[in-house]
Amino acid sequence: MSTAPLHLQDHLPALQVVLPLLGAVVAAIVRKGPLAWLVALAVSWSMPFIAFALLYEVMTNGTISYAIGGWAPPAGIEYRIDQVNAFLLVLVSIMAALVMTYAPRSVANEIEPERQGWYYAMFLLCLTGLLGMAITGDAFNVFVFMEVSSLSMYVLIALGRDRRALVAAYQYLVIGTIGATFYVIGVGLLFTMTGTLNLVDIADKLQAVENARPVIAALAFIGVGIGLKLALFPLHLWLPNAYAYAPSTATAFIASTATKVAVYLLLRFVFSVYGVDIAFGDTPAATMVLVLAVLAMVAPSLVAIFQSNVKRMLAYSSVAQMGYIMLGIAMVSQTGLTGGISHLFNHAIIKGCLFLSVGCMVYSTGITRIEQMAGIGRTMPLTMGAFVLAGLGLIGVPGTAGFVSKWFLIMAAVEQGLWLLVAVIVFSSILAVIYVGRIIEIAWFREPVNAAVSPRNPPVEMLAVTWVLALATVYFGFDTRITADIAGQAAELLLAGYR
Amino acid sequence: MNLIREIIANYNYLITIFLMVAGLYIVVAKSNMIKTLLGLGVFQTSVYLLYLSPGKILGGTPPILDESFAVYSNPLPHVLILTAIVVGVATLALGLALVVRINEAYGTIEEDEIMDHVDRDDQA
Repeated sequence: MSTAPLHLQDHLPALQVVLPLLGAVVAAIVRKGPLAWLVALAVSWSMPFIAFALLYEVMTNGTISYAIGGWAPPAGIEYRIDQVNAFLLVLVSIMAALVMTYAPRSVANEIEPERQGWYYAMFLLCLTGLLGMAITGDAFNVFVFMEVSSLSMYVLIALGRDRRALVAAYQYLVIGTIGATFYVIGVGLLFTMTGTLNLVDIADKLQAVENARPVIAALAFIGVGIGLKLALFPLHLWLPNAYAYAPSTATAFIASTATKVAVYLLLRFVFSVYGVDIAFGDTPAATMVLVLAVLAMVAPSLVAIFQSNVKRMLAYSSVAQMGYIMLGIAMVSQTGLTGGISHLFNHAIIKGCLFLSVGCMVYSTGITRIEQMAGIGRTMPLTMGAFVLAGLGLIGVPGTAGFVSKWFLIMAAVEQGLWLLVAVIVFSSILAVIYVGRIIEIAWFREPVNAAVSPRNPPVEMLAVTWVLALATVYFGFDTRITADIAGQAAELLLAGYR
Repeated sequence: MNLIREIIANYNYLITIFLMVAGLYIVVAKSNMIKTLLGLGVFQTSVYLLYLSPGKILGGTPPILDESFAVYSNPLPHVLILTAIVVGVATLALGLALVVRINEAYGTIEEDEIMDHVDRDDQA
């Protein structure tokens, strides 16, 4: 072991994961809801600073390689940060910080007092897992963090008020475990063929065995496993109920981060480790994903139109939006990937905002069914105003973040002459107009009834966080430097691969 | 003759595949939630074998640096699977805890009966 003086900034990659892990333990020990919340708040707000510092470091000095415990890779576990995952770390940590700021009164309203401490502990554990999956450069370490985030996510979902939350958590547990096990089977096959678990090292050694059947089988296992985690249609069956019955804050956090991290993993394996040549060369993978992405953009959007629970409607919309992201990936081009990655970021903001505004509504009125939302826009204009702004972003109206990423996707389709895809993107957006428009019509153009007549005022911190995200939806519609530029750089890096 | 030799040479993989498929079949086919979790356990266990069997070399020793040993077995798979076992235990424990809570809330652990309740909750 080295005895060099300890410089904190050299160890930021480790702190990004260790801090929330320790925070989870502390939150579990203090038990009392408000105290645990303070711990969770402090930890989640330290995360964006570390993530931004890492992003800055990557943008100025290039890829960071951090050897955990001083054991040099490839034998030791390596944390490897480049533009792609630095961007993702920023996204996940900002969403965690915002949701934690929003959380205390929403959680106090929805979860019994003696369970609140556990809720915050599980939240931090989930954050640990997601950040760990994003930061690590070791295939088996990914599995461990995947299970850390998944197990805590099952608990977060099961803490929902409704007894259906238990069934949703159980079903997610079964499907999520199958997904993680598929992933680990794939990694096992890769390990057998290459003798290493370090992602860069695997990429290097794959060249010698690239046409071997286990290598392609491993790609299939990893693809299906991660596909289950990211709710790629038709592997999305766990998602609608999980999002619908989880506590509001958990839904907002999971919806804007968990599936996004899974997409990152898929990008990492397909592009960086396998490389475009193996992954898309002799296999029909690109066509398969393209077909599934198109189905995902249309079928769940149709289902969303007929939902009676607003959270479940937004959940089906999430499955549809994952279709857009996968479409960008399946086109395997610079523009397509830029569109996919920027949509990953934009959708996280938009869906976060939508679920948080629904959370405000649940806090004030207890309403989750769409027909009970009649006239709620008139009695809760601020909450539903944010919903409308983010809803416009979901549709992809010009001037919102959703437009920017859809524009890139359309450009990518035009580049390759896939005019049918352009039509599908437009058609899916029209379906979004219908399901978002339906809510707007009910919420704003009808007379308030029952609980919607006199809602209690939502707390100021809940409204503030919701509006920060709503305004971000508009801001990133005009200022594309951050999203599209970094997404473009990430796409370039991914297409180049690890070799 | 070749086929038989191949089967004997790769019997560890055949057992792995059998356990894998059997576990997954139980998960899909059984409505009882505890049986489903057991199937999940079998499925996860098959992966342990997948990792461990290529790590073993006949006549290989643990990796001890000594002149009298020349052939080593790779110890890494064992360490990995130790982690995977812990993950599997945690998953099973959480799954069973959820089943207990579901039994308290619904009075049954048969998934099809619970789905009827869920549908009724949806319409209420």
